Amino acid sequence: MTPIYLDHLAGTPLHPQVKEAMIHHIQHVFGNPVADYSLGQQASQALEKAREQVAALINADPKEIVFTSGGTESVNHAVKGVAIGLRERGRHLITSNIEHKSVLNSIRTLRLLDYRVTSLEVDRYGLVDPAAVEKAITKDTILITIMLANNEIGTIEPIRDIARIAQKHKVVFHTDAVDAVGVIPVDVQDLGVNLLSLAANMFYGPPGVGALYIKKGTPVWPLLDGGMQENKRRAGTENLIGIVGMGVAAELAKKEMPERLPRLQALKDRLTRGLLERIPDIQINGHPTQCLPHVVSVSIKYVEGESLMLMLDEEGICAATRSACASGSLRASHVLIATGMDFATAQGTLLFSFGRDNTEADVDRVLEVLPPIVQTLRDMSPLYKKAHQ
Amino acid sequence: MYSEIVMDHFKNPRNVGEIPDADGVGEVGNPVCGDMMNIYIKVKDNRIEDIKFKTFGCGAAIAVSSMITEMAKGKTLEEAMKITNMDVAEALGSLPQNKLHCSNLGADALHSAIKNYLDRRAGKIKDLEIDREPHIKGSGPEGCYCPYCQKKVEEESPFCVFCGAEIPHEHDH
Repeated sequence: MTPIYLDHLAGTPLHPQVKEAMIHHIQHVFGNPVADYSLGQQASQALEKAREQVAALINADPKEIVFTSGGTESVNHAVKGVAIGLRERGRHLITSNIEHKSVLNSIRTLRLLDYRVTSLEVDRYGLVDPAAVEKAITKDTILITIMLANNEIGTIEPIRDIARIAQKHKVVFHTDAVDAVGVIPVDVQDLGVNLLSLAANMFYGPPGVGALYIKKGTPVWPLLDGGMQENKRRAGTENLIGIVGMGVAAELAKKEMPERLPRLQALKDRLTRGLLERIPDIQINGHPTQCLPHVVSVSIKYVEGESLMLMLDEEGICAATRSACASGSLRASHVLIATGMDFATAQGTLLFSFGRDNTEADVDRVLEVLPPIVQTLRDMSPLYKKAHQ
Repeated sequence: MYSEIVMDHFKNPRNVGEIPDADGVGEVGNPVCGDMMNIYIKVKDNRIEDIKFKTFGCGAAIAVSSMITEMAKGKTLEEAMKITNMDVAEALGSLPQNKLHCSNLGADALHSAIKNYLDRRAGKIKDLEIDREPHIKGSGPEGCYCPYCQKKVEEESPFCVFCGAEIPHEHDH
């Protein structure tokens, strides 16, 4: 039985055409893009083509794209790079308390270096209030970093409104768009952001490669010091095989998005509706409309998420309990707690994320096997008994 | 991630349920920590004649509950009191480092049930609501502290920036 993969937020399988392009590159292209002889130039052309493809996906100028080793590096580069670049102007940063670990832990490092941070609260859907952002801005504020779409509940933040506020106060604005780019339309001109992070493995490209959009004129100090690659913004020989894959993945994402979006949304609606009909005492997380079209986060009362996940795995269904980057931690999700959920309910959360290969039959399989799993675990749970006495 | 024995006890847990007229009940853990365990025992001639559990928790917590009830069944109270968390972890083959605390929970729940039985017999019947052990170890709500130099450290730091000591993450609270 082929497993049903419902964890596309943890990574997507390679698109067959991406795989083909990468193999072609391995077989036919060699050389360091910085070398001036013809082999190097061939590599350089491949690099610049990928840059154009990625830029087109988010409506940027190719000169504004810096390739990185993935979403985490892009975020680290943006947050720490602005903090260092503008350290003479101020030492205050604004973020939200539902960000990805790469933002939270970049900020942890900056705190050690005496930067001050305001971490904004969110409402029950995980939305940041743009007015709260404006209120938090001080003369000392140099960076606002708020994610475009949350990686645990899917809520899409009002980035355009926050960007307008940032512009008005002349504060640099970064958005972590790793879970959104390639899934929903993302246009950096329309959003008005200075920096935007994206990763190839969220849209059927390879893992280990990402990009940072740096709007012309944004003062970002390099994260990796060394040679002059990426127009002096990111040193180190480029991961050209990965970058070529990312370029093709970006082009395909743009092309396939109009067809895929309604299909993903239909799968999400089918699962959400089915879960609510079949399992009592559950809660669907995230904003009801301002939400990623491929994400369903469900909190199931009286049971614990890992047990649910292991039992689904036994049935050949791969789902997550939370963000892949936070697994290993036994704490309840910081995102769900930030939305005001109690700890016990947050512990019983499953995170499903759909992709291009999923079908209605996959959803129906989940709806068939999950209710009895929940009942088995509830019958074993002391909390369930208490709640129903 | 889990050994075969752990997965077997998780998938086919032994002794699930409650004993309505139990002689002793142990309740440890807290859903805030991600796991909570109740153990019910029936005692005859100083031996654990029957034992059942109810657990809210991860795969390891359920496997630990199942295993400890199997280990304690038929033992004298003295023998059962000597079962340690290490014994349970060993019987399960092994547990991942960050799940070792689940085996503490199992031993605590068993010992707490036996104590409850002994207290009842000695006439010191306690209100179970008061008898609960919260089982929350580590840092308080105000933040994380280095266990060696006691200075406040950033959350999830790999090591303490003040004294350099590696900060263990065995029980992530």
